[in-house]
Amino acid sequence: MTTLSGTSTTEGALSTLRRGLALSPEFRAGLPVTLALALASTAGRVVVPIAVQQTIDKGLDRAGGPDLPFIRTAVLLCAVAVLLTALCAYAMNVRLYKSSEGGLASLRVKAFRHVHDLSMLTQSGERRGALVSRVTGDVDQISNFMQSGGLMFIVSIGQLVVASVLMLVYSWQLALLVWVAFVPLAFVLRRFQRIVSAAYTRVRERMGDLLAAVSESVVGAPVIRAYAAEERTGRRVDETVDTHRRMQTRAQAMVALTFPVSELVAALATAAVVVAGVLLGVGGHLTAGELVAFLFLVTLFVSPMQTATEVLNEAQNAIAGWRRVLGVLDTVPDVADPGEGGESLPRGPIEVRFDSVGFAYPGGPPVLHDVDVTIAPRSRVAIVGQTGSGKTTFAKLLTRLMDPASGRVLVDGVPLDRVRFSSLRERVVMVPQDGFLFDASLADNIRYGRPDASDGDLAAALAELGLADWLEGLPDGLATPVGQRGESLSAGERQLVALARAYVAGPDLLVLDEATSAVDPATEVRIQRALDGVTRGRTAISIAHRLSTAEAADEVIVFDAGRIVQRGPHAELVAEPGVYADLYASWTAQRGI
Amino acid sequence: MPPASSRARPPVLREGMRVLWVAVRAEPRAFTVSVLASALYAAMTVTTAQVLGWATEEVVLPAFRSGHTTAGALAGAATAIVGVAALKALGVAGRRFYAGLVQYRMQASYRRAVTRQYLRLPLAWHHRHPTGQLLSNANADVEATWAPLAPLPMAVGVVFMLLIAAASIIATDLAVAAVAFLIFPAIALVNVAYQRRLSPVATRAQRLRAEVSEVAHESFEGGLVVKTLGREQDETERFRARAEELRDANVAVGRIRGMFDPVLEALPNLGVLAVLLIGSMRLDSGAMTAGDLVHVSYLFTLLAWPIRALGWVLAEVPRSVVGWERVRGVLDASGSLPFGDAALGEDKAAALEVRGVRFAFEGAAEGGGGGREVLHDVSFSAAPGRTVAVVGPTGSGKSTLTSLLVRLVDPADGSVLLDGVDLRDVRRGGVAASAALVPQQTFLFDDTVRGNVTLGLDVPDERVWEALRLAQADGFVAGLPGGLDTQVGERGATLSGGQRQRLALARALVRRPRLLVLDDATSSVDPQVEARILRGLREAQSAGDGSGVTVVVVAYRKATIGLADEVVYLERGRVTARGAHAELLETSEGYRDLVNAYERAEAEQEAGQEAGQEIERGAAGGGEEAVA
Repeated sequence: MTTLSGTSTTEGALSTLRRGLALSPEFRAGLPVTLALALASTAGRVVVPIAVQQTIDKGLDRAGGPDLPFIRTAVLLCAVAVLLTALCAYAMNVRLYKSSEGGLASLRVKAFRHVHDLSMLTQSGERRGALVSRVTGDVDQISNFMQSGGLMFIVSIGQLVVASVLMLVYSWQLALLVWVAFVPLAFVLRRFQRIVSAAYTRVRERMGDLLAAVSESVVGAPVIRAYAAEERTGRRVDETVDTHRRMQTRAQAMVALTFPVSELVAALATAAVVVAGVLLGVGGHLTAGELVAFLFLVTLFVSPMQTATEVLNEAQNAIAGWRRVLGVLDTVPDVADPGEGGESLPRGPIEVRFDSVGFAYPGGPPVLHDVDVTIAPRSRVAIVGQTGSGKTTFAKLLTRLMDPASGRVLVDGVPLDRVRFSSLRERVVMVPQDGFLFDASLADNIRYGRPDASDGDLAAALAELGLADWLEGLPDGLATPVGQRGESLSAGERQLVALARAYVAGPDLLVLDEATSAVDPATEVRIQRALDGVTRGRTAISIAHRLSTAEAADEVIVFDAGRIVQRGPHAELVAEPGVYADLYASWTAQRGI
Repeated sequence: MPPASSRARPPVLREGMRVLWVAVRAEPRAFTVSVLASALYAAMTVTTAQVLGWATEEVVLPAFRSGHTTAGALAGAATAIVGVAALKALGVAGRRFYAGLVQYRMQASYRRAVTRQYLRLPLAWHHRHPTGQLLSNANADVEATWAPLAPLPMAVGVVFMLLIAAASIIATDLAVAAVAFLIFPAIALVNVAYQRRLSPVATRAQRLRAEVSEVAHESFEGGLVVKTLGREQDETERFRARAEELRDANVAVGRIRGMFDPVLEALPNLGVLAVLLIGSMRLDSGAMTAGDLVHVSYLFTLLAWPIRALGWVLAEVPRSVVGWERVRGVLDASGSLPFGDAALGEDKAAALEVRGVRFAFEGAAEGGGGGREVLHDVSFSAAPGRTVAVVGPTGSGKSTLTSLLVRLVDPADGSVLLDGVDLRDVRRGGVAASAALVPQQTFLFDDTVRGNVTLGLDVPDERVWEALRLAQADGFVAGLPGGLDTQVGERGATLSGGQRQRLALARALVRRPRLLVLDDATSSVDPQVEARILRGLREAQSAGDGSGVTVVVVAYRKATIGLADEVVYLERGRVTARGAHAELLETSEGYRDLVNAYERAEAEQEAGQEAGQEIERGAAGGGEEAVA
């Protein structure tokens, strides 16, 4: 399978961060100023300990009672400092949110575009929803981190640094003591965090199971009703819900442990500071105010420790998310647009040539061997063959949804991989069997093929396809909403819309891949006939499982086991023994009663 | 949810408390333990400050003044500090663990209840609600409902903490207490203002996240269409618009947080400074000691953080109330499919009768106006062991009719009878035991092949193989790496369309239904394989053991229609013709056009080719008339 780039999944966190930051310049805009503001704002956290120390040492520790004027000045200065640092914090927060959200929005859009640029094979090789997560959940995870954990991380680091510096100013011995108490805790918490993180990973996995089970009970509702499988499905849901709850509880137990541990360490540090401080003070190496200030400073170590596991978890998730998004961007589209350097095809009927083309799906056996064929401009060609004979692969190569493993595909003599996508997609349009519709009106869906088409154009196009009657039967005509994935329409109706959508695009080469398989025969024949009329002058290639299409075509190309085994008009092929005659016999047998 | 106005607040809060009370009643023991633990934590937090104040006054300052201390005094201070912390640690661990327990238990039990309700509610109800909404009811809404449970015990503890802190400060000194009574209500008020400003903006950001995800989902799911029509850039612009809206909403959230967080942090600091100033003056007059000063200042520092827990609960309450309303909406949904107590026969083919059935899809929840009437006055019957083909143009109501036959939905008027019993009178499970539908769109569970065929039915593997054989699926299943035990993956992702259809057919056949309803169930199967399936069915149907099956089949292919004893021809939801195939060919023009479409096309083709050649020889541009 062609999958998303896996090389980046093992890269280090720092390298991910560097590449991620480099990718969106918004992240780095004004970063030095933001960091300076951050440092200034964390300085606010030590204002109170300083005030306490000053008050006790200079204000109270005086023979004739408190020195009130000094205390008043000190308190006032400190209050100004608190307000200033709060202002810095506000400015930093806003700058940080703006730059990070700006960067993330552009990352999101970049990744989104890149997913569409990836080849069909790469896209379909990914699990359903995985690509969506790359531009939603993964980016949201980084955003979450930036908004809470990341901010906390910056503030915590600043707080620890500023507190440590002040401690060293007051007493290096006590500072050392506090460090000795907290440094091992940091290591313990780091270990803890790994355990907690593993526990959360299990919670997320079980959440996936849970969502899958709930989703089955909603999406599969008709089958569950029809087969009375309610109880069985219910039990499955119960199981996944309970497993998820058990995992949550287990993770919670781990997290609940980190809090008392840091409380106890903080208490030990405080007790040690009191004991050692008094001993130092008795020796004249420390003032009472400094000792009390230390008690306040110790509390500054507690909150970073208590939030450390959470912040590290968030950081880990954010980095992992970022890595996955970068993984998408690192994946080079294997079917790439030649872009400006490519060639542009003039409008007009298209000639197609396959030049000894071979193809195999990644890791699979070859499905096309040495296909050599020229399809003349203006011809209407039917491709027939059994399931798995290579018909659809042929169509995908022809429309450059995939590139051949060997050989070349040429349109109007130009190799397909030299043609600009903008030109190619305008001139060559394929209608797949399962035509996806968007959750919008019928008109919007058809207009998807040609954005500037008016409602009149759309109605006219439907009429040209012989679908005016059908349109009339719809309650709101062109304004009829088609529902999610077009599910308000029947399978056959969805195919009609997909066909109309391709038709209004006005391509010079129309490729139909069993595009009317769910439509009733009368409508199919009507469409077929209408198409014959409207595609006259263009090239049309239909992959057909109903051979009526083949009978009407100028030429039939018969595939068998990845090779073209017969080609020619229906009348000729049916007369000679071979694959086509067999297919035709079983087709007519089916039609007989 | 209107933006929180001052008038809307009390009801929301009251409603929120009512929701939380539901949880308290459901989990009284765990909740009580968490609140007690929280109270312990609260009491010990206040005590910590007292202990430090006491240590300052009795141990630190005397030692500094006198220049000596005793080991006993130091040991006492250390023991008191660590002892209080140990109790506090116990409290915090207990609170967090049990608060989580309550929350997770409530989430789990409501997730189960909501999903069970989905399984209970009739399909008609499902039709009215978009899939995405139902998934978020069971997940995000349940989560939001019980989100305040995590900080709730903490908040209760904080109230308690504030009470003892107030008592402790009043006992210390009234002037300093005045500062506390100014600062703490201020923190609480700012907090409330904060959450009130934040919650509508945060809700908006949350909604935009969902929208961004919807656009991405749809765009990627329709990736092939985007590619084949070259609309990548337009899709990117559509996505960019949403992503930038989300960015602006997130920045708006950030602005509010960025403003309130520093204010909330500055307030207790300013309080401590005020305490220092006022305390020093009181010290001067001898009303306070230096130890009291340390005690109160330290208390302010300790309280600054927990007091925010009140805000966290308040922040979650509006979302919780909205979530609860949605969850209740599902749990209180009525219109469950009522069942009777009639039993159906067991082992012979069923007699089916459809009498004057009318059906309209009810309008979807949002907009769309009235429903589209799909079936009008449809009547036909099938005698036991007979096969009826339902034929009609695209969109004529065939699939809807099949879902009525196995009672996935009830008709608006008229009735469907099996062995003369109205399906509405059959007891629960009775219809499923007798009738099996193979729908047009196959749904497979993320389970093994065996699990997908049996769906929990207790049958030996031989019967599973027999059903697979009849569905022409035994060959490929035997070739799968794990045989019957092979996992088919999410929605059967590892299988081809034709293989999935055959498994779905086997799922119906293994039940040996008395009525088998096939809704274009072999459209992705090769014609040759389909022919073999139909032959097999025909043989099974006429099996001499009397255990025949009545078949209703939606089909276009003549070979399939050929198996039918009778054809029901539908056009725009009405039966316009009924009878044997040959008869209908005579009497119904629409039917004739439909089933003979290929032959007619072929005939015209030949005629057209000749005419076309003539015209080409003549004048140019007449091609369209030639084929028309």
